[in-house]
Amino acid sequence: MSKEVYITKTNCITPLGFDVQSNFKAVLEKKTGVSSTNTYAQFPEIYLAEILDAEIDKHFSKLTSEGTYTRLEKLAILALQPVLEGKQITNKSVLILSSTKGNIKLLQENTAIAEANLGKLAQKIANFFGFSTQPIVVSNACVSGVMALSVAKRMLQFSEYEEAFVVAADEVSEFVISGFNSFQALSNQLCKPYDKDRKGINLGEAVAAAHLTLKKETALVRIAGDASVNDANHISGPSRTGEGLFRSIKAALNEAEIPSEDIDFISSHGTATLYNDEMEAIAFGRSNLLDKPLFSLKANYGHTLGASGLLETVISIEALQQNTILPSLGYKEMGVSQPVTIYTLPKEVKTTYFLKTASGFGGCNTAMVFEKLMN
Amino acid sequence: MNNNFYIKSSVSIKKHKIVLDETEVFSSATDGFTAFSKEAYKNFEINYPKFFKMDNLSKLAFLGADLLLKKQGLNATDNDIALILANKSSSLDTDATYQETIADKENYFPSPAVFVYTLPNICIGEISIKHKLYAENSFFIFEDFNPKFLKEYSEFLIQSKKTTQVLWGWVEYFKKDYQATMYLISKEGKQVHSLENITKIYTQ
Amino acid sequence: MDNLKLELKTKIIETLNLEDLSVEEIADNDPLFGDGLGLDSIDALELIVLMDKDYGIKLTDPKEGKSIFQSIQTMATYIEQNRTK
Repeated sequence: MSKEVYITKTNCITPLGFDVQSNFKAVLEKKTGVSSTNTYAQFPEIYLAEILDAEIDKHFSKLTSEGTYTRLEKLAILALQPVLEGKQITNKSVLILSSTKGNIKLLQENTAIAEANLGKLAQKIANFFGFSTQPIVVSNACVSGVMALSVAKRMLQFSEYEEAFVVAADEVSEFVISGFNSFQALSNQLCKPYDKDRKGINLGEAVAAAHLTLKKETALVRIAGDASVNDANHISGPSRTGEGLFRSIKAALNEAEIPSEDIDFISSHGTATLYNDEMEAIAFGRSNLLDKPLFSLKANYGHTLGASGLLETVISIEALQQNTILPSLGYKEMGVSQPVTIYTLPKEVKTTYFLKTASGFGGCNTAMVFEKLMN
Repeated sequence: MNNNFYIKSSVSIKKHKIVLDETEVFSSATDGFTAFSKEAYKNFEINYPKFFKMDNLSKLAFLGADLLLKKQGLNATDNDIALILANKSSSLDTDATYQETIADKENYFPSPAVFVYTLPNICIGEISIKHKLYAENSFFIFEDFNPKFLKEYSEFLIQSKKTTQVLWGWVEYFKKDYQATMYLISKEGKQVHSLENITKIYTQ
Repeated sequence: MDNLKLELKTKIIETLNLEDLSVEEIADNDPLFGDGLGLDSIDALELIVLMDKDYGIKLTDPKEGKSIFQSIQTMATYIEQNRTK
């Protein structure tokens, strides 16, 4: 019998707010952090969701004035701080970082390339809080954030660790903008997940954090099942059959020992590219989940890469607590071949289980099932 | 219940030398990894033109996995072998190559074919596609080689029935320095899956 | 035109890393995608960069690319008519 793993505390920092409550309220009110900006000379009038530097520095200066930290390090530390507050870090505590590009901006500043190493970034965050154990870094494209949560859960099940702190962080950079632009994947307006006029993604930045433990007291949710199965199809193009996502959902539901019927809502990936959203719809159809309410938060936050999976899980855990189905900003008219169920306004429904999914380059997919605890 | 795990088959690629199941199967005195990997590709008659589109990290991981998996008599359409890979430098070597394509604002032509490899897990995708592995997969990054975590994580995947076998690998490529140490973990085999044996393969 | 076609074949082999192919093995009317040279979606994006970089042609509509990148012949014809460098 596997050990049960719980999430007790979460946090997030995005252009819409520096804590979960302000972010949840903004999503309910259909606010967006995405706007048109001309900060990047090569990409005039691009739509991005960026956190203001002044806000980051204001919050960080309250925490410490010592040491030098990159913008992303500050964000990661700020996101973790409230989650760690009042907790004693021991040799049974582990830090897990999810990031796709970490401190990649250092490459354009003529610093030694090795300074942008993801392991270094994790160690810096670990040192700030005084972790004595070696941090684990998950870098698995756009599923990283939710996969890090899955890895944390598994570690608590098989290792001697008793608690895990997961932080997922990625920021907007010319590196990722130019890359996604070369893939012709960027939308020149606010993105429209699953909509018939969707034209691609908006890039964004965020950090999210969560505390996982084996203790049920004060827990918000139990992680009921998780799986990450590859498409074995193409390194950048989504599978036409949704094979990997379909298999991931099936395996996660199996572990949770619930039928798809018991899922109350799906917090999907929904990047608003033509092929991703279609692939997801096919996988949800094959999983008998088309009648379950589904939402994408990409028009609120943009695609925040390695942070997105955890950020969206954090917001969804709050939705689960509040018995609320969230609206999908940007969506108007069905634009995928399988009729998924999407709301344009929040809706109150009694909820117990939700499914979180993500998919990314390299053919990766992750699915996780969460169960609400009645405390 | 049998709680023992074994190293069914292993491969090591470093210093222009390939060792498969403790036997040297290929070596070359050529200059640079790209030329070396091409010679190895020809020697083992891999016959997979997409190989030449890969970045060096993917070529390295792909070569190692191909030599290991070819011996296993895999199914042509569907295989359940999880891929758990890790390294120190992520995709930084290719990140630097990509950065060069956006450094000059007068000559600004970002390459999508380079950009896609600025994610370390792409090599997992390449291996999965070639060998039809519809299975659990993750890419981890550590400041130092961390056999303990990777051993426990892989064994857990089999124990919890998320997969039946795991292809485990440390695949590092940075500034011409490279090393691949990969092996297949299974409930069958002769060599016990112990930290000593992992370290032996890693340092051989 | 013949020079341009030869130039394109050389460039495509080099840019798309088609190691196993030589210029002589690509016929002017061979399909570039599918059963022909077997190029994929990333190669198509890379060809869009090549059109911009070497011939000053900006393609923004992916559907447009489909008809232009049918073969060396169609590419050469389009470049002749639209090149700015």
